Amino acid sequence: MHLVYPAVLSALLFSTGVYGVLARRNAILVLMSVELMLAAVGLNFVAFDVWLRDTLHSGQVFTLFLIALAAAEIGIGLAIVLLVYRTYGDNAVDRLRALGDRRADGGDAGRGTDPGRDAGDAGDTGDTGEPAAAPAGGAAHEREAAA
Amino acid sequence: MNPLLAPAVLTAAPGETREFLSPAGVEIVFVLVGLVTLGAGILCVTSRQLVHAALYLVVALGGLAVHYLLLTAEFIAWVQVLIYLGSVVVLLLFGLMLTRAPIGPSPDADSRNRPVALAVAVLAAATLVTLVADAFRTTWIELDTPHGRSGDIGASLFRHWVLPFELLSVILLAALVGAIVISRKRGPAPAEEEQR
Amino acid sequence: MNTITAAALVPLLPFAAAALILLTGRSAPGFVRPLAVLPTLTAAGLAVLVAVRQGEDHRTLLAATELTPTGDAALPVSLALQLDGYSVPVAVLVAVVASAVQIYSTGYLRDDPRYPSYAALVSLFTAAMLLVVYTDDLMVLLVGWEVMGICSYFLVGHYWETPAARAASLKAFLVTKLGDVPFLIGILALATDTGTFRISAITASLTGDGATPPEHPTLIALLLLAGVAGKSAQVPLHTWLPDAMAGPTPVSALIHAATMVAAGVWLVARLLPVFTASAAALVVLAVLAALTMTGSALAALAQDDVKRVLAYSTIGQLGLMTGALAVADRDAAVFHLLTHGAFKALLFLAAGVLIHAAGTGSLTALARMRDLRYSAPDAFWGLTIGLLALAALPPFAGFFSKEAVVVAAEHAARGAGHGSPVPVAAGWTVLVAAVITALLTACYATRLWLMAFHDPVGARPEPAPRAAPVSPAMSLMLWLLALPALGLGIAYRWLPDWFPDGTPLEPELTTSATATGAALLGILLGYGAWRRRYETDDAADPGPALLGRLFRPAAAGFRLDGLYAALFVRPVGGAARLVRFLDREVVGTYVRGAAGAPGRLGALTRRAQTGNVQTYLSVLAAGALVLAATAVLTTAGG
Repeated sequence: MHLVYPAVLSALLFSTGVYGVLARRNAILVLMSVELMLAAVGLNFVAFDVWLRDTLHSGQVFTLFLIALAAAEIGIGLAIVLLVYRTYGDNAVDRLRALGDRRADGGDAGRGTDPGRDAGDAGDTGDTGEPAAAPAGGAAHEREAAA
Repeated sequence: MNPLLAPAVLTAAPGETREFLSPAGVEIVFVLVGLVTLGAGILCVTSRQLVHAALYLVVALGGLAVHYLLLTAEFIAWVQVLIYLGSVVVLLLFGLMLTRAPIGPSPDADSRNRPVALAVAVLAAATLVTLVADAFRTTWIELDTPHGRSGDIGASLFRHWVLPFELLSVILLAALVGAIVISRKRGPAPAEEEQR
Repeated sequence: MNTITAAALVPLLPFAAAALILLTGRSAPGFVRPLAVLPTLTAAGLAVLVAVRQGEDHRTLLAATELTPTGDAALPVSLALQLDGYSVPVAVLVAVVASAVQIYSTGYLRDDPRYPSYAALVSLFTAAMLLVVYTDDLMVLLVGWEVMGICSYFLVGHYWETPAARAASLKAFLVTKLGDVPFLIGILALATDTGTFRISAITASLTGDGATPPEHPTLIALLLLAGVAGKSAQVPLHTWLPDAMAGPTPVSALIHAATMVAAGVWLVARLLPVFTASAAALVVLAVLAALTMTGSALAALAQDDVKRVLAYSTIGQLGLMTGALAVADRDAAVFHLLTHGAFKALLFLAAGVLIHAAGTGSLTALARMRDLRYSAPDAFWGLTIGLLALAALPPFAGFFSKEAVVVAAEHAARGAGHGSPVPVAAGWTVLVAAVITALLTACYATRLWLMAFHDPVGARPEPAPRAAPVSPAMSLMLWLLALPALGLGIAYRWLPDWFPDGTPLEPELTTSATATGAALLGILLGYGAWRRRYETDDAADPGPALLGRLFRPAAAGFRLDGLYAALFVRPVGGAARLVRFLDREVVGTYVRGAAGAPGRLGALTRRAQTGNVQTYLSVLAAGALVLAATAVLTTAGG
């Protein structure tokens, strides 16, 4: 088999993953795109291992490790996303701007999301204000669940 | 492009004459499955329905498993099916549920960064594909003897790679503990909860 | 006690007293008075003792201990004393006047909250002057000289609440410093030329048989002369002295009678061989003296304030002393220094009592007050005696010393001193100026006395205010000082034996007749003018009638201050404004730009800090891509 086929496929899948990471808003979708990128790398590993006929099977062993690490990564990543969601009531990565540089008039530097201020975001995507309502609603839900 | 990137060894089996893109059976299957995989991947990163995106990811990862089989790496293929399809995607679906992802199409699935992302991705794809195609244009994989049989992989894994393997298990344990610690609910103090 | 030890103690005692008062004055104010008076009195006693011991054999005593290496082994600075016929009596005068001033001040500044610092500074002032008088080393002399400058600054500014005192103290300091800079250069040049800082060695190398004149006699003499003019208030650096009247009256007495202004004359007397080595310097000295004498006498005739009249009279008398030095007669100069110290201290202290009694120092106001002579009899008698001495009428002290100066000038004018280095022109200049000044001095002394006290028909409208009685210490000091003002002149008989030069100081018939005649004429003129005004006007100031159109410029000190303002103050002020403008507008712009540009750059870059992870990642990926592409392309291209 021509080596170009798996190599090109891997490159294209990787670029697709890059696009997903950079374009998706939901943190879980971003994690999926990361998985896509990792999988593309795994294909590359296997293809080159088979091509090189490596006696140690380095490529395939690394793919195994990669899969295991991906599983660990998705576990931790999901835990973080859940925590973020529980804290801020939102998991849109481009609205989590607690570390951004606020202008001097910014009063709520402690908050992670800024739905009211970023009216442009909501207008662009036809947002109906659901994320804006999310914090209060989410917090209320949590309390109810706790009780 | 650059001969440096194309290893001179093992470019072609001696005595065999092969044409560029001569369609062998395996290659046709590979291309077809590759198209499906790529399509599923693209749908996964563009779909507006979050659960659908997860399912497209399953298709893409499954296609990759088929590719592993085609490359005679059967062990990796089954591991891929088991872990990726079996657990990772299930985890992702759980995550979607726990964060109350809407079932229907959600119009704000993509951020405003999309044009930039598209440009970066297309450029990356162009660069990588040009590079790879140019570098490995005269390279063939010999698939007559399988290279990734489970026995061989197992022997290699527990003979040469046993230390990293054990390390990996520790990492997995650490990740497990970490995930539990991070996602554990830290609500108000217990006494307060009882008052409610 | 060894004579040298006693002499060393004379400046040390007031110095120690000053240090003690400054250290303890705040915590133990009760000790300030004894600490101020007793060491100065003891110093006066020791000075008298030194004078008696030295007067027994008229031997010049020299003592030196090396003070510090100067980096030039040939030019050591040494703590040296020179006790000769000049320094010993002058030290007695300084110590006695300082004691009188200290005792007087205990009464005069009884209720002053800053008396401790005042007493300390007066003590320090006295110590510095005594050091200047006794020392044999030019560098040590310079130390005393500058200490006096800084003390005068503080003492003139004693009433620093008033702007006049602040301005006067600054002016005194700056003007004297203006002279001190060339003075310092002159000292260094002199030491370089003669190879030593020791005054006795310098004078010895310039006189006698093996005399070797310095290489630049005129230059050195003129440089030294600048410092002398600043310190002794000679034209053109005299303007600080009348303004220094803003200080307390005892300070004026101290500055005018014995310290500070006397230091300049003293220095010229000490270094007279340096000046006689250059005929040009002597002529300059004579012209300066003549200008100072006549100008200050004219200005004194127009002043309204008693103390300013006395200040201008001091300038005139110092001019007379420099005149004596210009004709190379330092005996006459030192003699006049002694008598002038006595009667000028008396005049100032009496004026202080008068001002205390009348509540004002303005002559116009005094001329409206009845019976001042009865309400302040001590002041009346003190001023009378002092003014008679100032007008140089026999037999008061001023007559003899001034006569000695006039005789010396007359000798120089006639070229009598064979082989004398003094140019005849200098002699004539001093002689004519001295006679004119005698007339004018008598005239303004008469004016002062008449305006303050004389009221033959009781025509004055206002009664003298009832003032608190003068403290006995102040009156006592007046009478104590009246004695030398009356009788010190008779010392002309013994002083030539004591003074090293030994020039006879006796009055001569022609000159004394001329000078006394001029003085009598001045008295008559003053009285006549006063009489005419007195009959028509209650504020009887004869000054305008006597001076005519000269009155206004004379009252303003011939507008020298205005000239200095136009020549120096305004250009310097303009330059300062220019520098300020350049600093604020030109240099400041660069500084502000240097601060502002990075600030704006930072504001620009902080806009990239959005907090959006995806933006960061996009930029990161794009950057990595560009790097990768560049790497590949360059490798391939290469």
